[in-house]
Amino acid sequence: MAAGSTSILLIGCSGDLSIVDPAGPAARSIATLWWVMLAGAVAILVMVTGLVVAAFRVRQPVAGDARREKIWIIGLGLGFSMTVLAALLAYGLAAGERLMPRAAPDVVRVAAEARQWEWRFTYDDRPGHVTANLLHIPAGRPVDVAITSVDVVHSFWVPRLAGKLDAIPGHVNVLRIEADLPGTYRGLTAEYNGEGYRGHVFAVQAHDAEGWAAFLEGSTP
Amino acid sequence: MTALRRHRKLSAIWASEPGWKGWTSSVNHTDLGRMFLVTAFFFFLVGGLLAMLIRAQLATPDSAFVDAGAFSQFFTMHGTIMMFLFAIPTFEGLAIYLLPKMLGTRDLAFPRLTAYGYWCYVFGGLMLLVALVFGIAPNGGWFMYPPLTGPLYSPGINTDFWLIGITFVEISAICAAVEFTVSILKYRAPGMSLDKMPIFAWYALVTSLMILTGFPPLILGSILLEVERAFGLPFFQADLGGDSLLWQHLFWLFGHPEVYIIFLPAAGVISTILPVMARTTLLGYGWIVASAVALAFLSFGLWVHHMFTTGIPQMGLAFFSAASTLVAVPTGVQVFAWIGTLWKGRPELHLPMLHILGFFVTFVIGGLTGVMVAVVPFDWQAHDTAFITAHLHYVLFGGFVFPILAGIYYWLPLVTGRRRFFRLGEMAFALIFLGFHGTFLAMHWVGLLGQRRRIETYDADTGWGAINFVSSLSSFVMAIGLAMVLIDVAIHALIAVRGRRNPWGAGSLEWASMSPPPAYNFASLPEVTSREPLHGDPGLPNRLARGEGYLGTPRDGRRETMTVDIASGRPEGIVIYPGNTRLPIMMAAVTGLFFLSILLKLFWLTPFALAGIAALALVWVWQLGDRADQGLQDAGRGAVLPLVGETDRAPGWWGSVFLLVANATFFGSLLFGYAFLWTVAPGWPPPEWLPPSMAELGIGAGSAIGAALAMRLAILRNRRSETPVPFLALALAATLATALTFGMLILRLPPPDGHAYAATLLILGAYVMLHALLAGLMQAFLIVRARRGFISPRRRAELPIVLLWSDYVAAVAALSLLAAHLPGFLV
Repeated sequence: MAAGSTSILLIGCSGDLSIVDPAGPAARSIATLWWVMLAGAVAILVMVTGLVVAAFRVRQPVAGDARREKIWIIGLGLGFSMTVLAALLAYGLAAGERLMPRAAPDVVRVAAEARQWEWRFTYDDRPGHVTANLLHIPAGRPVDVAITSVDVVHSFWVPRLAGKLDAIPGHVNVLRIEADLPGTYRGLTAEYNGEGYRGHVFAVQAHDAEGWAAFLEGSTP
Repeated sequence: MTALRRHRKLSAIWASEPGWKGWTSSVNHTDLGRMFLVTAFFFFLVGGLLAMLIRAQLATPDSAFVDAGAFSQFFTMHGTIMMFLFAIPTFEGLAIYLLPKMLGTRDLAFPRLTAYGYWCYVFGGLMLLVALVFGIAPNGGWFMYPPLTGPLYSPGINTDFWLIGITFVEISAICAAVEFTVSILKYRAPGMSLDKMPIFAWYALVTSLMILTGFPPLILGSILLEVERAFGLPFFQADLGGDSLLWQHLFWLFGHPEVYIIFLPAAGVISTILPVMARTTLLGYGWIVASAVALAFLSFGLWVHHMFTTGIPQMGLAFFSAASTLVAVPTGVQVFAWIGTLWKGRPELHLPMLHILGFFVTFVIGGLTGVMVAVVPFDWQAHDTAFITAHLHYVLFGGFVFPILAGIYYWLPLVTGRRRFFRLGEMAFALIFLGFHGTFLAMHWVGLLGQRRRIETYDADTGWGAINFVSSLSSFVMAIGLAMVLIDVAIHALIAVRGRRNPWGAGSLEWASMSPPPAYNFASLPEVTSREPLHGDPGLPNRLARGEGYLGTPRDGRRETMTVDIASGRPEGIVIYPGNTRLPIMMAAVTGLFFLSILLKLFWLTPFALAGIAALALVWVWQLGDRADQGLQDAGRGAVLPLVGETDRAPGWWGSVFLLVANATFFGSLLFGYAFLWTVAPGWPPPEWLPPSMAELGIGAGSAIGAALAMRLAILRNRRSETPVPFLALALAATLATALTFGMLILRLPPPDGHAYAATLLILGAYVMLHALLAGLMQAFLIVRARRGFISPRRRAELPIVLLWSDYVAAVAALSLLAAHLPGFLV
């Protein structure tokens, strides 16, 4: 576990944690999803607020309840809601489908094991090597992280690369992450796991092709 | 008889004891509703103070105001108190206070149960408060995920306070839900058919049914986790055949319906107040009822959206994502129906209306962000960040607190009989509205920037400092606003001038009572012919006071009301309520002793506490009934009705039906847990199965079914004027044989602390054994009642109640035996 001490230093040179500043394809598609949903939400909010305010101003011509129900309940309540939600659901499902860890020729496999309050990473391509709180990946290639826990529930999250997935004792969850460019990305545990929760962080080091080859050969720790 | 003399006579019959003594012995819904609300708002203050501490800590980076340990207690207790000790009890208190008045009757179905529920709530809440004061409060987050909260990682007593205190408090929710369901279905003014019910009653009915089916999974989860902590049975430990995901499923099976359990009553308040404020009637009554029912069903199909990041397969994610977006449709229907109602009428900007407008803006934003997090990819990013904290506060504050504030200002004139004097409320609303949005809009933003929920502080270089500072500052503005509401209400209740009846010109029956309402609500019960009886009939209150309705003649010091046919509202029977008694508070105290014995691991005390509960329960049921036939009674206006004790379907029968609905949900959750562990948990199959035994299967199931048959024969014999005692004795013997069989099964199990399989069967066996003993106790009770002359061919109501419980034991015994033996036969 000699890697532990160096990794702490690397966390110091922290990047950003922003969901809306993506640095990989998964995080980017989710950020786009967010902006689309925000625009839609603001439009709906303005519409609903406008209708409420207008109720105090506009005097509608006298009409029966049956007609009003047709407009307000069937038209807006059912018709409008269902249309918007169906569109969003289709978009969301399609976006989710793209995030799934599908088989591909250049996929790199690593494993992440959480405990209170440390992450240990192992590499299929470099058997026997363990790094603590620092995950090495190649940039520009999809990486499948097999996530599990030896004690309580944790969650593996690198906000600028992808969403999060839980580390659950007895189960292994696979998350697809990818970094566009070499660099260091901050990672967090995102499920409350006791008093060391805040400090339970890690870093992801994305290497260029040579750097990654050097790591696999063992010339970098 | 003049109206005044009638009032004096009725008051003498219905009044609680004067002074503080009345608090402990009152079973009156008006008293208990007020006590519930005051207690709930006390807990709102405590939860609010914790929120202020949290915001003070997060206001600046690298804050050292409190440490991580204290902070974890703060956020856990803030969530726990607001959910379990404020929101749910506020609904209970409001409905306890309002329902009988709106339904045009004199009290809820089971007044002593109202009081028992209240005291369980107080004592359970007190346990959590004690833990908070001594710094040993729960600290694993309000959803208490094991293994963090399990015996290995949280060995202290903190978690036990949560599991035991909350289960204790949930008794009051179950009691209230049973009571509301029976009251709404059976205790209405004559003529009030289902389609003429006030809309609030519909919402309360749906909410109550949701409590009955939503709370049992959590109660089961709490029991399992407490048993794991106290006795080492490994339900949630992966290496011993358990699975921590089981807790998450059980918790959110409760937790998501819980959101709608909180929102629906508030929506009921909006649907009641908004049309009055717009001087019109509700648009789309039928649609609104249908969408409340739809929400109830859908809300049980989307608990997994709290678990999108736990590695659920993609197909499952798609299904639950669809269900989670679909749930927005009935919500949308209600929102647009309300806006349509505003358009239909002439809305006026009274204070309750301001809070309703606050509700619209806030709740719509909360709903929109809710749809966002229902989309799985976005949830993968937002989950467990401040964005979620912000979203859930928009839903709960927008969807509950604003409507409740509207409700407080709307019904305050009814409760106190006074008129608001100072204009503090408008200022308070402005501060609350601005403060709330300042606090939580900012929190969405900082969540997107990567701030996790539940961190006790953050580094300065994150750049979150300014946003958090705005958020904290706004939260204090909101707190000042809420404090002003409190002052406003206190001033109103204590020193404001007398107001007139029905100041808003509402059409529902609660305004036909005096304000403040007398203990008996109505001097005589109205005949209802429309949805808004007061509209177009302003003379109704006076006619009721003159005794021109049903049951207008006080007699024999009896507290009387009527039951009606569920659908049509046709009068069916006359109820005689029990009077003031301290039995409920004593029962709650002994129940508390039981929970305390487990909390403090004083297991020698547990059997005594259980025996005490059983003894008090026997006294409780013994007090009702007669030793001579009473025959048909005059109910006024030409109606002649039997007492409910001389019918086949007494209120107790209905109460048992709905209690058994909750019970069956509990049992079903247990079977779900068994199947879940078997199919999903790692560490299966177990090292050894229970050796199957045809004899055990046959005797267990046979005796339980035999007992149910013997109960039927006892009822037949009673109907033919023969004594039911021999068959009751036979039923008792058979039921005891069932209990014994399950005792044997438990003894034959492999060591239950070795694998979750044996542990689950132990719980299953203990569950059936306990229920068999309970049914046996009821059958023994009937034998004594029959011999003492309480049962006759007319006074027959108690027999079918025990039949229900005997049938239930037969069903769960047969199913449990199959579940226990099947694997042995298969393997």
